Amino acid sequence: MAVPKTVGLETEYGIVHRGAPEPNSISASSLLINAYLVGTHQAPEPGRAAVGWDFTDETPGNDARGGVPAGSLAPEIETHLVNAVLTNGARYYVDHAHPELSTPECADARAVVVYDRAAELIAARSMEAARMLLPPGEEIVVYKNNSDGKGNSYGCHENYLVSRAVPFSRIVTHATAHFVTRQIFCGAGKVGSETSGMRLDDAGYQISQRADFIEEEVGLETTLKRPIVNTRDEPHADAAKYRRLHVIVGDANMSQVATFLKVGTTALVMALTEDDAVPREMRFATPVAALRQVSRDLSLREPLELVDGATITALGAQWELLAAARAYVETRGADAVGGDVAHQVLDRWEAVLGGLERDPTSLAAQIDWVAKLRLLEGFRERHGLDFTDARLRALDIQYHDLRPAKSLAARAGLETLVDEAEAELAMTEPPPDTRAFFRGRCLQRFAAQVVAANWDSIVFDVGEGSLRRVSMAEPARGTVAHVGTMFDECVSAVDLLRRLGAAGA
Amino acid sequence: MAEREQIRKPAPANREPSVEEAPSSSERGSDIKAQLDDLLDEIDEVLETNAEDFVKSYIQKGGE
Repeated sequence: MAVPKTVGLETEYGIVHRGAPEPNSISASSLLINAYLVGTHQAPEPGRAAVGWDFTDETPGNDARGGVPAGSLAPEIETHLVNAVLTNGARYYVDHAHPELSTPECADARAVVVYDRAAELIAARSMEAARMLLPPGEEIVVYKNNSDGKGNSYGCHENYLVSRAVPFSRIVTHATAHFVTRQIFCGAGKVGSETSGMRLDDAGYQISQRADFIEEEVGLETTLKRPIVNTRDEPHADAAKYRRLHVIVGDANMSQVATFLKVGTTALVMALTEDDAVPREMRFATPVAALRQVSRDLSLREPLELVDGATITALGAQWELLAAARAYVETRGADAVGGDVAHQVLDRWEAVLGGLERDPTSLAAQIDWVAKLRLLEGFRERHGLDFTDARLRALDIQYHDLRPAKSLAARAGLETLVDEAEAELAMTEPPPDTRAFFRGRCLQRFAAQVVAANWDSIVFDVGEGSLRRVSMAEPARGTVAHVGTMFDECVSAVDLLRRLGAAGA
Repeated sequence: MAEREQIRKPAPANREPSVEEAPSSSERGSDIKAQLDDLLDEIDEVLETNAEDFVKSYIQKGGE
């Protein structure tokens, strides 16, 4: 049985410290995040430690395939950098040399769009706050993209809760079919190519930011030899019941429709996988080559070779997955995949595939790679440029600029699915229907007694000698329905812990 | 191709038409062109002034 799809995004942002004599992306990221925390009063009072991240249960080196293959590199955790938990249940931290924001756990794709937009607003607010602290002439700027155009990539990772009972090999099969082909609606578009051995101008424009950096079919790595399907086995939940599919292959999207579809369709494909409801195994003969081929095929018409000798286009593969998902929801319902939101995903998925088939340019308000290409082509024509011109590369990067005054995506007429007031509220309020509600409320109400938090627990110090850890191994518990009234009635952290103890939580 | 045509007809009977179905061609044309022109004017205004330097200095460390 498919488990309810708790989902979330982790976005690493590009960062530039303009006007700095010796720019350093790590210190710029720290300054950016700290400026936000101070500006929104989420920083610790003097004399107290911040509510930090608790690494006790982190095991990113565990491999979903069981053993760890020789030569593979377990990801390292950096514990010494800024690492904050926000009152909306999100995590905002410095990862390697980038600011990164992980959304709180969400119960459906629409909620992910709300919290992803909230993350953009948090980044914009952070830039404003940082500017107040910097000398005149300096500015920290944040970009929501995945590549610097020079061979360096940073990720927008997705997470999907799946049942432990499903064989991992089945996940690999169906996830690969989806990831190779879903780019046609969730690619963010990129000028040029960064594949080793190719010159930068070998591809004038391609659909995906990320395809050039994917080199393996399956693996544990995230920073080199990146795989289509990542095997990190770290559920951040009851490991006997759950896996967390950690997806590293995707682009960060500026279009809300693209984010909605990226998450919504993948959640559906995972539910189908758990319930063995995909009609056939669509195995590509060379998945990595197919992924790159799809990224470079703006016609969307090139056949991809399957292991059985047949071929299919990316559009054909997506029509097939859509039909399977429709049939699944019609026979088994949508409870595991976000209820009503799943129906919206299906309708939108169908409309977008139809648009891509008839005329991709009709989707310039929905699909990032189409929206960006429209700007590039218009600009190119107006100024008579070829695709190697620096102004087109600048336009590509600036599409992803998160400063409202500079962002080109914000000017491209993209359709929105959530209104700004809802996203602004989500900067500080947790989603009501996952355990993020419990985490967020604890930080809103009792931050002074919270020593540390992570995805599946919160540690309190209420001055009784020993620290108290509250476990949250069930992502769908700790919601407003479960604990909302309890929070309303609680007068202190001690009171909360007493009630939780009495309830056996 | 014929096979896909069959697969992708998932009973549209009781569904509302989607909002972003392609607009009729009469709505397109000069309107769209004017919109794009306005947009390009705006891009000319906000695009980084020294594109060459901007692109050159946009260097990120690998992440994840």
